[in-house]
Amino acid sequence: MKKIVILAGILIGTVNAFGQKYLTQNGTINFYSETPLENIESVNNQVSSVLDTENGNIVFSLLIKAFSFEKALMQEHFNEKYLESEKYPKSTFKGSILDYSTYELSNEPTKVKIKGQLTIHGVTKEIEVNGSLTKTSDSKIKGESEFLVLLDDYNIKVPSAVSGNIAKEIKIKAIMNYEKFEK
Amino acid sequence: MKNLKSRSFLFLFFTLFSLSIYGQDDLMALLNEKEEPTINYTIATFKSTRLISGHSVETNSKGVLQFLIGHRFGRINSGWKDLYGVDNATIRLGFEYGLTDNINIGIGRSGFEKTFDGTLKWKLIRQQSGAKSFPFTSTFVSSIYMNTMDWPYPERENYFSSRINYHHALLIARKFDDVISFQLMPTLVHRNLVQSSKDENTIYSIGLGSSLKLSGSLRFNMEYYYIPEGQIFSTLGGEKVRNSLSVGVDLETGGHVFQLFLTNSRGMAEKFLIGGTSGNWLDGDIHFGFNVSRVFTLKKPKK
Repeated sequence: MKKIVILAGILIGTVNAFGQKYLTQNGTINFYSETPLENIESVNNQVSSVLDTENGNIVFSLLIKAFSFEKALMQEHFNEKYLESEKYPKSTFKGSILDYSTYELSNEPTKVKIKGQLTIHGVTKEIEVNGSLTKTSDSKIKGESEFLVLLDDYNIKVPSAVSGNIAKEIKIKAIMNYEKFEK
Repeated sequence: MKNLKSRSFLFLFFTLFSLSIYGQDDLMALLNEKEEPTINYTIATFKSTRLISGHSVETNSKGVLQFLIGHRFGRINSGWKDLYGVDNATIRLGFEYGLTDNINIGIGRSGFEKTFDGTLKWKLIRQQSGAKSFPFTSTFVSSIYMNTMDWPYPERENYFSSRINYHHALLIARKFDDVISFQLMPTLVHRNLVQSSKDENTIYSIGLGSSLKLSGSLRFNMEYYYIPEGQIFSTLGGEKVRNSLSVGVDLETGGHVFQLFLTNSRGMAEKFLIGGTSGNWLDGDIHFGFNVSRVFTLKKPKK
């Protein structure tokens, strides 16, 4: 009996030591659609994300309706016609940093590769993107990434009347300022 | 003892189990747990600020200018000589502007009865769910109309106030499941001058509208204004005043909305829909019409 308690105690201790997580709830994701006819830019600065610095697991979650645009009508079309945010209110990413154990984070950006499942518009695809992590202070980590998303991959249909105005490939830029998360 | 043992076993089991907290799914669960409830406002109850000829609950956002061109041809049953109504087209041009996301002002001019109109539109509450919920969107619309036609009886004493009419409506709309929207329009039309003393100056009417989403860019719409009996006795050029009924579609492309429809009303504002409609659908007194709406973002929101 005593042994079990000790064992459990050790395990719990390990759990706490292991569970080093960094969290943000106001991360920024910008996207850019560039065509000769029109450049469209949107920003969402209510992105939440957790980075587990023990094993390099990383997840993101955001509300589609939190993307804001320069033109109100664009925002309405984005939500109503393209992303169908009533039906698919969230977009998520679940993944991990490849070969995480080989990195030592410092105040210089460390280039990393992140692989995982990106869900947009109810469609999940495996992606691998480049990013960087910087330890900006003892309790803060900055994460950055830039990658491309194909609208076709996520079953996002653009009517032919406006196909010249919306790029088929959307540039995504993410900036996360994580802070150490204490339970 | 046995009991104790199994309990310790359970304890150990849960402890071991909690080790798996590091999984990605558990990180996601942590995010969901931290997530604060937000208000989810219903968007695009209707595609345009007009259901067909009358107002919908929608307003232009702050800093957005909307240019509206409304067109109604003559009656389809007017025959070949008038090319089934094409010869007798009437037009309304209008501008509406978003002072705020919820308050709009507008001006317009109808060729029909040479009427200028000015409108104040105020979205009072929005349909919403989530952190706060409310079942419908409600918008108040008030217009003043000025008729600038020559006086029909110039020999008698005419007052400027006789040119003025008003309409006030409280629009109530709800969107169901992102597919279909309904709107109720209790409406008052006040006419300073009526044809006969038997006619009421203030007419009560209840409107009913609906919009069905066929695809992201296409909707089917219906609009009906019912005038309870006993309010209007005079005729319009010998024809009885009738309830206004319009059916049509919305087609949207980028910043434009095209609305194409059939209606028994010739005018393009509530004042004409209620008390100014004499076409009879069953006799083929139907007008083909369209609205083109274009929005311009004059002021961009600050980042």
